[in-house]
Amino acid sequence: MLKLFFSNQLYLALAQALVAAIAAMVVVLLARKRGIHLESETLVAMLRGIIQITAVGSILLLLLRAPRWTSAFLLAGMIIAAGATSARRAKGMPDAFRVSAWSIAFGSGSVIALMTWLGVIDTAITSLVPVGSMLITNAMNTNGLALNRFRADVLAHVGEIETALALGAEAKSSVSPYVQASFEASLIPAIDSIRSLGIVWIPGLMAGMLLSGARPVYAAIYQFVVLAMIFAASGLTSLVSTLLIRDRIFTAAQQLSLQPGR
Amino acid sequence: MSSAADGAKVGLGTASTSHVTLSATSDPILRTEHLGRVVKEKVLVEDATFEVRAGEVLAIVGPSGSGKSSLLRLLNRLDEPTSGIVFVEGIDYRQIEPRELRRKLGLVNQRPYLFPGTVEENLRFGPLQRGETLLRDCIEQLLTLVGLAGYAGRNVANLSGGEAQRVSVARTLANSPLVLLLDEPTSALDDTSKREVESSIQRIVRDQGLTCIIVTHDTAQAARLAERALVLEAGRIVRHGPVDEVLHA
Repeated sequence: MLKLFFSNQLYLALAQALVAAIAAMVVVLLARKRGIHLESETLVAMLRGIIQITAVGSILLLLLRAPRWTSAFLLAGMIIAAGATSARRAKGMPDAFRVSAWSIAFGSGSVIALMTWLGVIDTAITSLVPVGSMLITNAMNTNGLALNRFRADVLAHVGEIETALALGAEAKSSVSPYVQASFEASLIPAIDSIRSLGIVWIPGLMAGMLLSGARPVYAAIYQFVVLAMIFAASGLTSLVSTLLIRDRIFTAAQQLSLQPGR
Repeated sequence: MSSAADGAKVGLGTASTSHVTLSATSDPILRTEHLGRVVKEKVLVEDATFEVRAGEVLAIVGPSGSGKSSLLRLLNRLDEPTSGIVFVEGIDYRQIEPRELRRKLGLVNQRPYLFPGTVEENLRFGPLQRGETLLRDCIEQLLTLVGLAGYAGRNVANLSGGEAQRVSVARTLANSPLVLLLDEPTSALDDTSKREVESSIQRIVRDQGLTCIIVTHDTAQAARLAERALVLEAGRIVRHGPVDEVLHA
């Protein structure tokens, strides 16, 4: 319907973005009626998102002719930004940014490096950066979920953890049930994405490849490859971040430093 | 993994627990000097200096928020003092590995926080942390001591509040502590359960001669259980001495 009103492609795209944003804000307003206030966070996130993705699109356009090694800098910048975003989900946890950045760097970086070396990901900027960003984004989300869940679990079980410590348990074993639960919970979206692939959803990458004329079977297999890489990157990230943060919530004298109200 | 053959290895009255036979005039088993903790400029404990001799029961009393539990957490080193020193058997407790220290100064919380599973599994928890297996006889001895003989196989989910608290006491005793630290052990219980837990504590003190520090807001309970008392107000010790004198001052 929007095409009836906009013939210019840029205006049409902006109108489409506006309509999608309005749909998102309707949900925010519904949540507000239930006393859940997400207005400012959602609005800021959407404005940031559209500005950032437009900027990256423009940069990619410029980088099409840049040397391949520039991808490494772009991906490194993305990892740092992902670490900062993810760390916000771990409010009050010590060293959250460094834990997030290192975990995402290790999780997504090792998968990107391995898959590029094996030739699964093409070294061209137009391939490496978009696919790499998908891995980094999902690693960021998984890391945020893991840290958020771990923080909530620890704060809800301070009594149990300190009881174990008081009985002579090692700090790391006193929180091991919460490390495990956080790791498992953080991977639920990635597992569900693979499980429902093709049945519940046809991912954007596959849809794009089909629209650009790729053979459906090739597009489908490559989509699976991407999702499997996302799972690997997310799993590694979550594994590393939960282990790193586990050691940081205790002092050298094995005292739990993450406490309600501190 | 070693095995605890009998109650002399794990549980009470071990050969190493010399406090059992020491009189109340012996060297202090626990001594604090100017102990304090300040968090975000809030004084939780200030300048607390006192000692506890082997085999005696010391009550720490005071109104809510006076720093009683904070003081007990410092003794167990669940929190770090911001000033002062604690000596355990004459040794600065910072020189003792924290896990070993916490076994020596066994803490029982206001809420029992039992781990999911059976009573027996809960009692085995402490010794397992140092690779020891608590034998069945020892478990029964500990449960008898807290008045719960025959409860080993019960699921902790089916225990009453008083039973759970007594299991919590037995679980701490399974680590053969030098000193038992009790943080308001009966404050969340009804009168019947409260009497049962108190009886267990009295039995442990009488039969095992175990040194105890009990935090309570109930002065009558302090008088029933302790020989000496110290009164805390706003984190400071304001009175200290024989329980009758201190509580009736």
